[in-house]
Amino acid sequence: MKIAVASGKGGTGKTTVTASLMSIWPSPAAAVDLDVEEPNLHLFLNPEITETIPATLEIPVVDEDKCTYCRKCSTLCQFKAISVFGEVVLTFPEMCHGCGGCMMICPEGAVSAGKRQLGEISVGTALGLPFLMGRLRVGEAMSPPLMRSVLAALETRVDTTAQDIIIDAPPGVSCPAVTAVMDCDVVILVTEPTPFGVYDLKLAHEAFSKLGKPMGVVVNRAGIGDDAVYAFCRGSNLPILAEIPYDRRIATAYSQGKIVADVSDTIRETFASLAEKARRMGHSEEERCHA
Amino acid sequence: MPEILVISGKGGTGKTSLTAAFCHLADQPVICDLDVDAPDLHLLLQPKTITSQDFISGNEAVVQAENCSHCGTCIDVCNWGAISDTGPFVVVNPYKCEGCKVCVQFCPEEAIDFPAKNCGQWYLSETRFGPLVHAQLIPAEENSGKLVALLKKEAKTLAKEKNAPLILSDGPPGIGCPVISALSGADLAVLVTEPTPSGIHDLKRVLELCEHFSTPTVVIINKADLNPDQADAIEDFCGEKGRRVIARLPHDAAMTEAMVHGKTITEFRSCELSTQLKSAWEEIKLLAGLEVKSPAGPATERSGANNLSMLENKINYI
Repeated sequence: MKIAVASGKGGTGKTTVTASLMSIWPSPAAAVDLDVEEPNLHLFLNPEITETIPATLEIPVVDEDKCTYCRKCSTLCQFKAISVFGEVVLTFPEMCHGCGGCMMICPEGAVSAGKRQLGEISVGTALGLPFLMGRLRVGEAMSPPLMRSVLAALETRVDTTAQDIIIDAPPGVSCPAVTAVMDCDVVILVTEPTPFGVYDLKLAHEAFSKLGKPMGVVVNRAGIGDDAVYAFCRGSNLPILAEIPYDRRIATAYSQGKIVADVSDTIRETFASLAEKARRMGHSEEERCHA
Repeated sequence: MPEILVISGKGGTGKTSLTAAFCHLADQPVICDLDVDAPDLHLLLQPKTITSQDFISGNEAVVQAENCSHCGTCIDVCNWGAISDTGPFVVVNPYKCEGCKVCVQFCPEEAIDFPAKNCGQWYLSETRFGPLVHAQLIPAEENSGKLVALLKKEAKTLAKEKNAPLILSDGPPGIGCPVISALSGADLAVLVTEPTPSGIHDLKRVLELCEHFSTPTVVIINKADLNPDQADAIEDFCGEKGRRVIARLPHDAAMTEAMVHGKTITEFRSCELSTQLKSAWEEIKLLAGLEVKSPAGPATERSGANNLSMLENKINYI
């Protein structure tokens, strides 16, 4: 099963939860960091990287000797990545989304595939388990295509039917977060009991409900703020799977790059129970899908 | 008027709480919340909305069942794996559809519609500190970079109308599309970090992005006392990069308390944190050229202005 650890608001503890779950997961699992803009999971899992793969996007390259300036490509392109002015064709590679439409529609076969560097995919092992991450090239605007490349690499390197996949998702509720959660069986939403936390949890709940994903909540830094997050979860039938107390020892361990589940036996048990609940949700979802 | 943008790379470092405090300290700013995905600034500024408008952007493919011959062409040409034949119907998954129109173009039956999409709403509001330009992307929708560009344009127009001395913007996390859009045209980026491995890692990347676009930057270390050694390491790193750390803020639970009360920390309590924020704001004003007390201009020279305006034009289409 695939489990995404997501949140609307950034900095609620997605990476903390993912790293801790990896450290106590009771069956074989692989970790995937899909927060490609700011990947942090490796800072806590310290993977040994054995392979680095450049990720690219196919962009148009025009052979002007063949081009008849018919404008079919520029009329089709929705992203203003290719333009024809009189007898000049201009391409804007950084605008291209990689749909391939210009290459398919050109009647002269004048448009071929070039490459734009999106970033890189790192593959290795952490805690003796498979680890994958994407890292967006600084200056590149589009993260979803790189995320899709990481997921494609996962399929070729890990038997995803034989082991569980735990995904550290990016924050927010738009395309990058949706891309990360899209093919998951269960979404763990990490939040904090503050006005910002609950507002962004509502947004995440709305976004991922549209995708039909079963969700549960982890309340991090429990004890700060107010009770609104609990009221919202009750009212929305969102199960609270775990509460991680606000504790200076946890904050300090995190600031030292340590796995939070290692702080104490009680916290380790909290994560073990979270893993159990998430697995149960995933299994019933898998049964529902196969039924 | 200068445009000051608060960003962080990593989420949850305190961008919004700090931006709100600066809104309180600033004189007649036009305020802008550019985190259109998960906007939180309004929770502290409690705006009264004056106008609200739909944000229509992009299109999506919709198959007309009655004209579809199930030939499979659309499924073959779709690069996003967004289309599938369920038997009775060929359907497009709207969350996978990129709006590229390729299926519409190649459908032999002309059976695919391509309606425009409503991706959210944007608002002009009033707050106790000044006008606020903000938005809410519909959860699971896209085109956040374009919405950011729209808000920036509206904020600029408003600031000109009101003859406002500055635009103060709360930015999105990350380094991708909405952040690049937010950075375009900003005169000073205030980078908020925290003394953790993630904080410093993400600061490095967002700083590299600012360098890429030649945006002057200053750094604030939030919750610096959580790990003073890491905070020192951040200062050393910023020193090497020629970037000023203008504040090392203490961790204070009053920040969360203020948030619960819908207040900015500087309104809520006179404490060490508030005092330090006030002096940080004085420094930001100087660096942004809002007050000329010394010949010191922005932290670095703006060599990439052309680069930026080019980017601004382009980002409108992403």
